[in-house]
Amino acid sequence: MERAGGEAVLLDYRSGSLDGADAVILPGGFSYGDYLRSGAIARFSPVMAAIREHAAAGGAVLGICNGFQILCEAHLLPGALMHNAGQRFASRPVDLRIERTYTICTSEFEPGEVIRIPQAHGEGRYEATPEVLEMLERDNLIVLRYVAVPGSDVPHNPNGSTADIAGICNPEGNVVGFMPHPERLADKALGSDVGMRFFTGLIKRLSGVPA
Amino acid sequence: MTTIPVPEAFPGERPVTDEVVAEHKINATEHEAILRLLGGRTPTLTELGIFSALWSEHCSYKHTKPILRQFPTQGAQVLQGPGENAGVLRLPDGWAVAFKIESHNHPSAVEPYQGAATGVGGILRDVFTMGARPVALLNSLRLGPLDEPRNRYLFAGIVKGVGDYGNCVGVPTLGGEVVFAPGYSGNPLVNAMAVGILRADELITARAHGVGNLLISVGARTGRDGIHGASFASEDLTAASEARRPQVQVGDPFTEKLLLEASLELIRGDHIVAIQDMGAAGLTSSSAEMAARGGVGVELDTSAVPTREPGMTPYEIMLSESQERMLVVVEPHKVDDVVAICTKWELQSAVVGRITDDGLFRVVHDGRLVAAIPGQELVDGCPVYHPEAAESAAAVARRAAVPERNGPDPVDALKRLLDAPTIASKRWVFEQFDTTVRGRSVITPGGDAGVLRVEDTGFALAMTVDCNARHVLLDPYEGGKGVVAEAARNIACTGARPLGITDCLNFGNPERPEIFFQFREACRGISDACRAFDTPVTGGNVSLYNQSPSGAIDPTPTVGMIGLLEDVTTAVPSHFRDTGDAILLIGHTRGHLGGSAYWAEVLDTIAGSPPPIDLDLERALQQFLVAAAGRRLMKSAHDLSDGGLAVALAECCIGGPWATRTFGATVDLNAHADTVSDEGWLFGEDGARALVSADPADVMALQQLGAQYGIPCHYLGLVGEPGGDIEVTREQRRWAWSSTELRRIYQEALPRRMNNPNGSGKD
Repeated sequence: MERAGGEAVLLDYRSGSLDGADAVILPGGFSYGDYLRSGAIARFSPVMAAIREHAAAGGAVLGICNGFQILCEAHLLPGALMHNAGQRFASRPVDLRIERTYTICTSEFEPGEVIRIPQAHGEGRYEATPEVLEMLERDNLIVLRYVAVPGSDVPHNPNGSTADIAGICNPEGNVVGFMPHPERLADKALGSDVGMRFFTGLIKRLSGVPA
Repeated sequence: MTTIPVPEAFPGERPVTDEVVAEHKINATEHEAILRLLGGRTPTLTELGIFSALWSEHCSYKHTKPILRQFPTQGAQVLQGPGENAGVLRLPDGWAVAFKIESHNHPSAVEPYQGAATGVGGILRDVFTMGARPVALLNSLRLGPLDEPRNRYLFAGIVKGVGDYGNCVGVPTLGGEVVFAPGYSGNPLVNAMAVGILRADELITARAHGVGNLLISVGARTGRDGIHGASFASEDLTAASEARRPQVQVGDPFTEKLLLEASLELIRGDHIVAIQDMGAAGLTSSSAEMAARGGVGVELDTSAVPTREPGMTPYEIMLSESQERMLVVVEPHKVDDVVAICTKWELQSAVVGRITDDGLFRVVHDGRLVAAIPGQELVDGCPVYHPEAAESAAAVARRAAVPERNGPDPVDALKRLLDAPTIASKRWVFEQFDTTVRGRSVITPGGDAGVLRVEDTGFALAMTVDCNARHVLLDPYEGGKGVVAEAARNIACTGARPLGITDCLNFGNPERPEIFFQFREACRGISDACRAFDTPVTGGNVSLYNQSPSGAIDPTPTVGMIGLLEDVTTAVPSHFRDTGDAILLIGHTRGHLGGSAYWAEVLDTIAGSPPPIDLDLERALQQFLVAAAGRRLMKSAHDLSDGGLAVALAECCIGGPWATRTFGATVDLNAHADTVSDEGWLFGEDGARALVSADPADVMALQQLGAQYGIPCHYLGLVGEPGGDIEVTREQRRWAWSSTELRRIYQEALPRRMNNPNGSGKD
């Protein structure tokens, strides 16, 4: 966020407020070790009340990996993230199609653009009821989808997610969650900084540039 | 010297008879030494337990100390050599790198998941107790062949255990090796390496001082798990080892993460005097070793240690190997700060002892003195053995042997090699490891070495673990040199300069002359290579008694090496990148097939003398690669090792684990080394060689650079079209492979064996 032009502050999970933050990013990790279901304990963290309020007021909330799992557990996003279909942790780059560019963080992409960024998790298989899935498709709430690229010899959808869903947003578009990790490919020294565009997009949104 | 107070037995404790002494694996010589040390009195059971842990091979190095002293450990780059929790090397701009490798073989043999997981936990703690933030993990895994169901079970459990622990703590795994050979059936090896970054001025050592300072235990409560783990690791594995399963600890990576953050805050905020992980032999080794290093005494109150269950005896508390615990030394006026930081991270902390001035190692429980032992002698006083070393006649005969049949057509032979689990892609393994967390991974597993950007600086670290145990088995001295040479080649192929090593010396029972010969000679080889490359040994671990009823493991002195890449943007990948690039073979080819993967995997013959290692040539090759990378003259570089030129060429064409295209290649061997056989050219494993691709415009510059370093750069041909054939010609002979077919063989070798429980893995 700082390289994208923002000021980043760490919030303690026991905090009762967001300290005036404009946007909240719930990053990846293993909250409480993921010993129970991923995100199932973190959703009860005191700071979640403030995040909930922030989201209800239209504030930007982005959940990445464990953050996405927490947002689903907290019902800020619909559906759930289950154990990968292969029952093994899956760590590798994934090819993603940007399905929706008018969100808090994808405005720097072209609709339908395909990017490759890292992903690593054991519980990333997106599942939801048929009603929710229909709503996601109908209202264009799917932000990122796993996509097959020619020549690859690994399954394009590494966790068996329904409808190849890698990330979604709420109907208002201010709460976004996805499993892949753009922050891990945001440095030209690593070969690409394509992931940076999620964060420059978010900064633009916060600066009032319309998506 | 004042009279040593006499401790009393803890109520309910068994009397210490000769039988009890023997149960603790203390032999007659050691028993006599203990009695002498205690002024003739019989030790209490608590004391006996303490001796048995600290005088185990694992803690005392009693069979290996004289040999280990011969390792080169000095160098301008060394900030901390052996003897601490981890070695530390200087990096540019005031940064430093702490790193260490350690084995967790015996626990993994009986409980693969927890055994492997806690191995990762232990090595992470060794690194962050130096004040370093762990930034990378590596591992070296050795298993018996996958056609045995038990080996598949162990392999799957070990990989999952290694992965789950590191993934949860949030440290990327950046490298490793997996080797399958019959010698590891029943005795798998799990060697884990951690790498951490610190500011050089934040280095802290595990040296207790300051009489009156307090000992605080931080982290998990102490339970009954892992009691006598250090002694377990110091005996042969037998059918009875299964009963040792309760001695395998259980890992809690989330607590580890909290412990990591709390420890770094304690160290960097200057709140503590010293810190050590309660690893092997738990509270006993951490307190006794810190006190001995600082030349002070220590008194522990085991009744103050937070325990998981009531009624634990001082014996159990002193010997528990419960995971995720730290022992810190704190000045009395800082205790409140330390407790507050632990509380913030939701960790238990308790004052469990104090530093004393009488040099004694004392344990009290509920006010009763249960152990009082001279502290320095407790740590350093174990009798040291000088075992007999003699090469076995069988080993000599093996080195003289050759395969009894001729090889198949080279086209088939290469396919067999790429399908051999030891050579094939390890994608099935490392896709279970988080390799990109923290966002600094420049080169992830699947290449020659992992490369990691150091925080936001302009430089990077290269890291690798290597050991060709077959070469060590056949010729321990040359094999030992080769282990270091291969690691250095891997580092240099990325463009990095080798800086130093940590070693994990896995061998069988040292009391057998043929095993001790392997140990002594392999260490001599490692020493000579480290001196030649200026890569000092900064620490490591010895794992002996890797011996199951079917015999000893292949001698496996695994080396973990760190290199420095001055400019992160010059990192060189392993695989070909563009059609039309020139392919160059760097180094001399002599066609040495003894000890080769070709003989082992294709001709089922583990025999011959491995290629002799010319240390001057190796060093010249390393310097050439570093210089060529710095001048951006190479587009890829890959070392030649298992399977020789044919396997290296195939791997360069096959591409990285996630590549979406392969490349063909046309290679002409006519102009080179015409006295070498076809097999020798294709599959020989001469050292000091690398396969490089370059823009054709840079070939002349590379050859001039090679001349400068005395290294030949043979032009072999061109990188071909995506998906094309790999063609090799020599005089009238021509061999061709489809690059896409080779990729399929290479990528499917492990999943085919692991996903199909009925598949023997044999064609």
